Amino acid sequence: MSDLSAPKGHSQCNTVQSCVTESCGMDMKNLKEYLGWLYYQYLLVTGIYVLEPWEQSIFNTVLFTMVAMVIYTSYVFVPIHVRLALVFFSGLCEGQEESTVALIN
Amino acid sequence: MTRTGDPVRNINVKPPFNRSNLKSGIIKKNGLHKTAQKNGTKNVAHPGPRDRESYEQAPLYVAVMTYLGFGIVTLFGYLRDFLRAVGLEKCHLAQEREEQKDFVPLYQDFENFYMRNLYMRLRDNWNRPVSSLPGPMFDLMERVSDDYNWTFRLTGRTIENVINMGSYNYLGFAENNAGFLKTVADTTDEYGAGVCSTRQEMGNLSIHTELEDLVAKFLGAESAITCGMGFATNSMNIPALVGKGCLILSDELNHTSLILGARLSGATIRVFKHNNMQRLERMLREAVTSGQPRTHRPWKKILILVEGIYSMEGSIVRLPEIVALKKRYKAYLFLDEAHSIGAVGPTGRGVTELLGVDPSDVDVLMGTFTKSFGAAGGYIAGKKELVDYLRAHSHSSVYATAMSPPVAEQIIRAMKCIMGLDGTTIGIQRVRQLAENTMYLRRRLREMGFIIYGPLESPVIPLLLYMPGKVGAFSREMLDRKIGVVVVGFPATPIGEARARFCVSAAHTKDMLDKVLCAMDELGDYLGLKFSRQTTSDRPELYDETDFELDS
Repeated sequence: MSDLSAPKGHSQCNTVQSCVTESCGMDMKNLKEYLGWLYYQYLLVTGIYVLEPWEQSIFNTVLFTMVAMVIYTSYVFVPIHVRLALVFFSGLCEGQEESTVALIN
Repeated sequence: MTRTGDPVRNINVKPPFNRSNLKSGIIKKNGLHKTAQKNGTKNVAHPGPRDRESYEQAPLYVAVMTYLGFGIVTLFGYLRDFLRAVGLEKCHLAQEREEQKDFVPLYQDFENFYMRNLYMRLRDNWNRPVSSLPGPMFDLMERVSDDYNWTFRLTGRTIENVINMGSYNYLGFAENNAGFLKTVADTTDEYGAGVCSTRQEMGNLSIHTELEDLVAKFLGAESAITCGMGFATNSMNIPALVGKGCLILSDELNHTSLILGARLSGATIRVFKHNNMQRLERMLREAVTSGQPRTHRPWKKILILVEGIYSMEGSIVRLPEIVALKKRYKAYLFLDEAHSIGAVGPTGRGVTELLGVDPSDVDVLMGTFTKSFGAAGGYIAGKKELVDYLRAHSHSSVYATAMSPPVAEQIIRAMKCIMGLDGTTIGIQRVRQLAENTMYLRRRLREMGFIIYGPLESPVIPLLLYMPGKVGAFSREMLDRKIGVVVVGFPATPIGEARARFCVSAAHTKDMLDKVLCAMDELGDYLGLKFSRQTTSDRPELYDETDFELDS
């Protein structure tokens, strides 16, 4: 029984191409193969490999949605919070310096 | 008086047993002699194979990922069950009829949750139909499934010459060479194929007597009794040996046949952690001092149940220590050599020979003929009184049909071959070839970076896969490369330790092993199975518990 959309691992060493454009194409192919292998690893490690295709789609959709929401939230909120935190802490440090200077004097 | 240090090791064990039918003192070539010299004492039977085994734990992320995978599949299992219950999906399982919906439920749905939702999805990796002899190479029938493994259909094609790494064919006696099988054919001519009776009634043929005498001679025991089925040898004979008021101390990883026999007997069962001699000693002490639970009467009998080689871990029992313990606390020992008889030891006599233990120290020697002898059935050997008692009182001899004559003749010919009584050296060559193949495969797999359990001598090689997705992918990819492997998952192994189990055979040539190793290397990188973080070194491993219990 053939399995899912995973690329087969019978990778042979490709013949070396000397032409530049063809080597770019070779890189693209290697990159695609590598991405395919990464997707296969993701399927295996999370256990999704055993599920039927529609279940895989559901899981991928849910996961992708959650990741997208996390990225959006961090993009929108993290710089503002970091800036506020910096302001707060630097304000604290300056206030401390002034009071120690006042004490010494 | 308190004894300091390990109570077991201070006992002097008898020097290695010299058998008269051993050729040229082969036992000296065993690791036993070398390590005895290293220790400087000749009397201690040092467990030679022990130094080179390790049960490495995988990195933490692997365990986390494994549980994560199981969690996700469980969630989807709940989803599918819900869909089946609501009716949106067709239910392939047994269900009650409409009229019976209000009765007490007949099919307990939840108990089979794991089977419905994980096993079914990977079911094509098991029960593959074999259409040839299970030798080192075999043929499989190709089958496909249209509805995700609920039903299969055969396409009609055969996958030929698949390398067999799953059959228990340790010495390669599963063969169909007409020359070798001549005596078997003659026996079928003489006795026929069926016996049509039990041993006690009319089924005691002369070939059974011949077989039992040969088995006793092979093992170095006084007498032996055989049974037609290996599982039944355990489950039907243990109830004859122990009963209520007796105590059974059974290893954690014992086979189901031993557990079933122990439960059927009605004795009290206590389980000790796998190969952990300190725990066993503590339990023996407590049993001897406290006696039976409420009445504190002494136990009638204490029986220790262990196996020679544990088939899921590949580990070998610590026999010298157990024998020392049993002598000290006056318990009886039942050794199940299903996988180790014929497969380990310089002349194939099993763990007693490998570890230098006198077979008459073991009270009940049990084994099966399925694995190394290419036949079916089991035996129990020991003192003559024990075997005579079993002949009269065991369920298997009273009620079970006797062993079929061609099968008995196959065992006789295989045993004669191993002992050298047929005039050739084929048997001993096979034993040596098996040892060589085992060491070669184990070394190479460990060098490649896989996690493997068990010492170097054990022909059962479990290779850890951990994650449920990889279990299915591994088996399918290996079949695509024409190698047949057995993968094992949850109920037979702990949930986080799924594995593939290789059974090495003497009939495997180096080419076949190289082909398997090449495929393993490729798959190890492609699937990501090389979890081992140890470099291969020959330094001996320390035991897990280096602090021995001191009695206060």
